[in-house]
Amino acid sequence: MIVEKELSTKYLTVSMGPQHPATHGVLRLVLELDGETVVKCTPDIGYLHRGMEKLGENKTYPVDMTLTSRLDYCSAVANEIGFCIAAEKLLGVEVPERAKFIRTMTSEMVRIASHIIWIAAHAIDIGAMTVFLYSMRDREMILDLFEMLCGARLLHIYPRIGGVRCDVDQKFLDQLWDFTEKFPKLIEEYETLIDQNRIWWQRTKNIGIVSAEDAIALGLTGPTLRGSGVPYDIRKVAPYDAYDKVEFDVPLGKNCDVYDRYRCRMEEFRQSNRIIRQCIEKLPGGLVLNPDAPGLDMMPGPLKKAAPAPAPAADGTAAPAPKVEAGPAFTEIYSATEVPKGELGYYMVSDGTGRPYRMRVRTPSFVHISALQRLCVGVLVADVIALIGTIDIVLGECDR
Amino acid sequence: MGPKEAAEVLRKSFESEVREISEFNAGQVSVTVAKEKIREIMRFLHDAPELQFHFLSDICGADYMGKKEPRYEVVYNIFSMPNKAYLTIKAQVPEDDLAIDSVMDIWVGADWRERECYDMYGIKFSGHSDLRRLLMPDDWDGFPLRKDYPLQADLGDREWKGYIDVIETYKRNKVYEVHSR
Repeated sequence: MIVEKELSTKYLTVSMGPQHPATHGVLRLVLELDGETVVKCTPDIGYLHRGMEKLGENKTYPVDMTLTSRLDYCSAVANEIGFCIAAEKLLGVEVPERAKFIRTMTSEMVRIASHIIWIAAHAIDIGAMTVFLYSMRDREMILDLFEMLCGARLLHIYPRIGGVRCDVDQKFLDQLWDFTEKFPKLIEEYETLIDQNRIWWQRTKNIGIVSAEDAIALGLTGPTLRGSGVPYDIRKVAPYDAYDKVEFDVPLGKNCDVYDRYRCRMEEFRQSNRIIRQCIEKLPGGLVLNPDAPGLDMMPGPLKKAAPAPAPAADGTAAPAPKVEAGPAFTEIYSATEVPKGELGYYMVSDGTGRPYRMRVRTPSFVHISALQRLCVGVLVADVIALIGTIDIVLGECDR
Repeated sequence: MGPKEAAEVLRKSFESEVREISEFNAGQVSVTVAKEKIREIMRFLHDAPELQFHFLSDICGADYMGKKEPRYEVVYNIFSMPNKAYLTIKAQVPEDDLAIDSVMDIWVGADWRERECYDMYGIKFSGHSDLRRLLMPDDWDGFPLRKDYPLQADLGDREWKGYIDVIETYKRNKVYEVHSR
């Protein structure tokens, strides 16, 4: 007689990362597995926590800008522009028109560079090696252009509160124009490699579906949200810099899966290219930096100078003492910009001194990684890699 | 409907809760509210057909030690797609009652942002499913973003255990010297 023994099964706990190459940095995921299916996913972050908000409250505004470029080091200049816009709104600084166009141009350049890193890493995670080599070759052109523009390739520190650091010259504009002529062909090159590739389809289509309602509730932004068909692009809904003066479309996805988010970003390549060309064509003349803007030598003390003591009246009686304001008046601002990965928001509180009283950075990667624990439930381990790739994370930005 | 009008609609519905509406630099509207009914307020802003603040941009804390009373604030930045308007809601949290209701049942994505706020300020979110430290280690002492927490300090013996471990491991490994030929 055969007695059937009951098989006992138990969940296997796997710690993925923080040194795993497919986690895009020092992200650790604790996965509970039932066979190959994920039952529970717990992301563990904080390995790169540098206390940027605390540091920011102890430094002056121009110095804080150098901190923000270390947030998302793949698109440094976009973070700096976001910070400068917030500081300008808070301190009431005007920006010259030419500087606005240059900023728009550089943020689109860096969007291309960041999306190139994304397609390279995402493709190599899923198994397409060739795209990585092709796209990193083309990223070099953008980095060379940045080197021409400001001397730095990765951490630019190019914008300033009230404009940008230095003007663009004709040689740079010519070379950038050449790049925009070449680039659409290069995008087609990536697409020939993977767009109709059956393996790519199997790994991306109908994987990681996030409905529009879920995506909004989870707080996803950027191309990750637009892949679910929600037309939320801060460049359109609350334009900043020169985005209201250029024409571009917001690509949207339909099926809410990894493939649609990939298509969205590929279309954003083309739209960025289009914006850069318009910026070069429409670039106005004039100054690039407001001469009244606070410079790098900004002092941490009170910004407004005390009114000079009134001269004593002719008959020798002392003038009335100037009124003393009771306590500091706090002013605050929430300023959001569209960086390559999503919504980058700065909530800043000023108490009238050269240091922000509170500097809060809302970064897209932080929110996207927090969504991972809900997106990864019930998927295969191999699809966790596809999901990490598709939400496009940078851990420097997540941990701050 | 701009953010200013939205704030007035909120004031009409929650007259005793809304303490102050301030506007700064054309477009930045902040509403200071009492913390008791924060969940109802957020639910109202999310669901009211003329407001529809469906996006939760951010939750963060703020510490006004010695500058304002009550000391802490929890700041919600929300966005309404149909109105194309940002609105800042600030809930006042006094020092002797460091707790506020969680808004996780309205926005699932509030999860980590509330955890971070707890991690940095020690403000407890009642109703949160998993309120633990997020960026700092689990056994960390103190709340870093409070204004009375120093940027740099020599703690001596009270140094964090994890750091002491690293230093001791380093000292232990130094015993093994590299022999050159």
